[in-house]
Amino acid sequence: MQVSEAWLRELINPPIDTGQLVAQLTMAGLEVDAVQPVAAEFSGVVVGKVVSTEQHPNADKLKVCRVDVGQPEPLQIVCGAGNVRPGLKIPAALIGAVLPGDFKIKESKLRGELSFGMLCSEKELGLAASSDGLMELPADAPVGRDIRDYLLLNDNVIELGLTPNRADCLSIEGVAREVAVLNRLAFQPLAISETPVDHQEALDIQVEAPDACPVYFGRLIKNINQAAVTPLWMQERLRRCGVRSLSPVVDVTNYVLLELGQPLHAFDAAKLSAPIVVRSSRPGEKLSLLNDQIIELDGEALLIADQQQALALAGVMGGDSSAVSADTSDIFLECAFFSPLGIAGKARKFGLHTDSSHRFERGVDFNLQRRAIERATQLIVEIAGGSVGPVNEVISKSHFPARSPVKLRRQRIEKILGITLSSDEIACLFQGLGMHVAEHAEGWEITPPGWRFDIAIEADLLEEIGRIVGYDNLPGSSLLMRTELGKAPETRLSLDRLQDCLVDRGYQEAITYSFVDESLQTAVAPDDEFIRLQNPISSELAVMRTTLWCGLLGAAQYNINRQQTRVRLFESGLRFARLNGETRQQKMLAGLAMGGLYAEQWGEKSRNVDFFDVKADVEALLSLTAGGLRFKAGRHPALHPGQTAEIVDADSNVVGLLGMLHPTLEKQLSFDSPVFLFEIAQDAVLQRALPKFSALSKFPSVRRDMALLVRQGICASDIVNCINDSREATIREVNVFDIYQGKGIEEGFKSVALSLILQDFTQTLTDSEIDAIFRRLLEKMAAELNAKLRD
Amino acid sequence: MSASIEEILTQALQALAHAKDLAELDLVRVNYLGKKGLFTQHMKELGNMDPEQRKSVGQVINTAKNSFQDALDNRKLTLESEQLQARLNSECVDVTLPGRGQAIAGLHPVTITMRRIAKIFADAGFSIAEGPEIEDDYHNFGALNIPAHHPARAMHDTFYFDAHTVLRTHTSPVQIRVMESSQPPLKVIAPGRVYRCDSDMTHSPMFHQVEGFLVDTDVSFGDLKGVIFEFLRAFFEKDVQVRFRPSYFPFTEPSAEFDVSCVMCDGQGCRVCKQTGWLEVGGCGMIHPEVFNSVGIDPERYSGFAFGTGVERLAMMKYGINDLRMFFENDLKFLQQFR
Repeated sequence: MQVSEAWLRELINPPIDTGQLVAQLTMAGLEVDAVQPVAAEFSGVVVGKVVSTEQHPNADKLKVCRVDVGQPEPLQIVCGAGNVRPGLKIPAALIGAVLPGDFKIKESKLRGELSFGMLCSEKELGLAASSDGLMELPADAPVGRDIRDYLLLNDNVIELGLTPNRADCLSIEGVAREVAVLNRLAFQPLAISETPVDHQEALDIQVEAPDACPVYFGRLIKNINQAAVTPLWMQERLRRCGVRSLSPVVDVTNYVLLELGQPLHAFDAAKLSAPIVVRSSRPGEKLSLLNDQIIELDGEALLIADQQQALALAGVMGGDSSAVSADTSDIFLECAFFSPLGIAGKARKFGLHTDSSHRFERGVDFNLQRRAIERATQLIVEIAGGSVGPVNEVISKSHFPARSPVKLRRQRIEKILGITLSSDEIACLFQGLGMHVAEHAEGWEITPPGWRFDIAIEADLLEEIGRIVGYDNLPGSSLLMRTELGKAPETRLSLDRLQDCLVDRGYQEAITYSFVDESLQTAVAPDDEFIRLQNPISSELAVMRTTLWCGLLGAAQYNINRQQTRVRLFESGLRFARLNGETRQQKMLAGLAMGGLYAEQWGEKSRNVDFFDVKADVEALLSLTAGGLRFKAGRHPALHPGQTAEIVDADSNVVGLLGMLHPTLEKQLSFDSPVFLFEIAQDAVLQRALPKFSALSKFPSVRRDMALLVRQGICASDIVNCINDSREATIREVNVFDIYQGKGIEEGFKSVALSLILQDFTQTLTDSEIDAIFRRLLEKMAAELNAKLRD
Repeated sequence: MSASIEEILTQALQALAHAKDLAELDLVRVNYLGKKGLFTQHMKELGNMDPEQRKSVGQVINTAKNSFQDALDNRKLTLESEQLQARLNSECVDVTLPGRGQAIAGLHPVTITMRRIAKIFADAGFSIAEGPEIEDDYHNFGALNIPAHHPARAMHDTFYFDAHTVLRTHTSPVQIRVMESSQPPLKVIAPGRVYRCDSDMTHSPMFHQVEGFLVDTDVSFGDLKGVIFEFLRAFFEKDVQVRFRPSYFPFTEPSAEFDVSCVMCDGQGCRVCKQTGWLEVGGCGMIHPEVFNSVGIDPERYSGFAFGTGVERLAMMKYGINDLRMFFENDLKFLQQFR
């Protein structure tokens, strides 16, 4: 809502300056988004009248004018504008005038002719961004009058960002009422007298949907002057409130909308065939709107129609066929109350949002229609004349919005707001807001007026008190609350710890969008069923990620394209996947590493990160957790088939993946070195094991190594598991320290070197005991893994 | 006897002086004192002498041997010291060269900020709650007193999956979910991602909010003011001014927006605060009785407040970040500025 300050002050003029007024509005909940002067700074410009023009003797494009500026003698002023002509009234800057941009007007000589001032365009006065020729003033503009006074340019546009509950302030009168209360001033609404009726003709009105349209007023005004123009003052007020001037009748309806908050609509009466009907639309019915849009209706829209056709989408926009035009002589003026529920969503359904729908959706005062139609009639007659008919009205009081008294308890004011107010203060405050106040034992009963749609419960009244008293004037209290000791379950591992672990291992945290490009999503996880947004911000952000890899790969590309060669990123967040018809939102932790293992440095030979570097990072994460997770060779369409590990839990559920990005995808995504990825379900790693002490042996430990010959397909973990399964009580540690293939080893086989640490609790192990253990182990491994001791 | 003891000692002392390292020194020792060493041989010859001569010659040999031993010990100390010095010299490094291995990285500024907020509230006994990001319209709107067609829904540019499933537009649904499943007293904060169908210089389709709420008997607007005030002072570590402006949210009544005195200019007015001296930080209010009704909490017995604030906005103020879009570009040059 844009408000002209001068217009507002005509209704209520508190003794405060613009800055104070703006601060007051903001602190009362009518947030001021911006304040703009309506014209740039200038001075010394008056209304002038061109008396005569003569061709400049030395310049083709200049004229030497004599201009009456209200002084005893006309001034000689040289002017180059195309539209300068005798009789024209224009803004004239006198000697000593200062125009926008600190441009001072001095006596000057233009090609030999003296000039005592300057005739101005709108642009030169800072009223418009561009203009074509001089600004032409109305013929009745008073010569010699200061142009700022004449055009009321000492004004500001105050832009209010109103919240949807404050529809009552979508008018100058509404804002004025608020300003009056804030300044403890009495407020008198604009007095509007009834225009005498000239004829008795009226159109019949039938309201078939009284619940959606409890009030419908209509009036015929005949024989209006088609040549009439909207007066400058009205054009200016409309302009300052952000409305373009179109024609006198339309301008008046818009003016009343701004002044009182009541939307009106004028139909060309010649194009109507009465009776006028307010009804629900019929499925398939079509309506061509004022904005050239043709809409096809369902059975739910509210229409104004006549016997032939739909005329207007009620409370939203008029139709094309019955619009007033330059040839209109008789108008049918509509002034109705449409209920918020009857209009809500109707405009948006057709992609429309109008000043009218904006107000009806939020609530227009249902007692306002008589004043508004009289005000509009009065203005139309003033500007364009016409013969006024009676108001034909259909009112259904039973469908008026309820305005029940709301209880306000003294004790609640104290409890919630922490202040005490006297009965007088309460009465003054609420009556100022137009509410009815009745006192009773516990407090008051307050009945809101027709223009307030946001007062239904006690809390709403508390807010009004808080607002008017000022939130800053309410006492603040230091928090005195029951505090319990925090719970600190030791087996719960926080995500913070895992994040910190990755940060310390050189992974930078990223946060990427949860919605991703469908092609990337499909490339990275072709087997996942994803869900699609109905209204994405762009096609590149249209589907929900089923893996965090989409975002990390995108972020890696972004950085590679910006001269980074080494990227290590991680992210935590939800993945979204369809599984058996249900959307699963699963918390994940994922990482990406590519380029050098270390940032380039003098002390390490540079090499690219590989599978086992990243695996070490994942193992570091897992080592923080309760354990029970293991790696096994797996497959994933986005990963290299020979470098993919599944992370599985004790029940063999896959809870994570680790691997090298498939070379095909690496190429497709334009990476030029291998990319490694991992992703783990947070649920699987947010448990910690409670440490449990075990006694230490006093006897020395022994290390023994063995080299085994096994088939290529046997995994290291198979061998280690086999040894662990042996339940040899003295084995403390098993470690693979070398893998060898090549010379000396038969094709299809490999040598695995293991070290075992053995230790007993009751004695020092002897060689013969150790030999016996090794024999048993080798037998078991020979049987289960076909492993042999390497010679 | 080929050479006199004196001659042997002279030779021996020369040999010691010529020994360049401990290994050579040991060879010299063996050469004179070893089993076949020259001094040793002389000692063996003593057995063939008469007692008088044995005594005097023995004394001469012992004196020479002792002189040699002393010189040997000295020479050994010298050589050891030289050797240590040589090692120290050879092991000298340029200590200004950087250390080797992996450097640590950093957390995203949004995470850093959310952790700080969580810490400040956790210290005051607030617990942390989370909720789904794909929400049903009941939790995102209906239970929060925003019925279908309510104009407030237009304030939220909502991403839809279908008529009843949305990406949550705020963290307030977590408030509903917590109140549905637990009874007051409640002190909770809920940080997380939220989504609005809006993207330009100052709007990101995804951003982060922290929701906080407190429900108990006798909670007042003053408590809300107190908590917000103390939180902002703790967060900015400055004596910031805080103001509360009446506003509208369907799920709170009374509602307010809260502003903090501009942290760039201390409220004097600058480009960042558009000369107003204030920066908008969040919205808050007393929980609406309808919200309590929808979760089965008695609004007569309990009262409570709720507030919400944008994490990126707080991070921008705290760290002087001037472009919202940088948060989700994940440019390493941006991210690496935060630890």
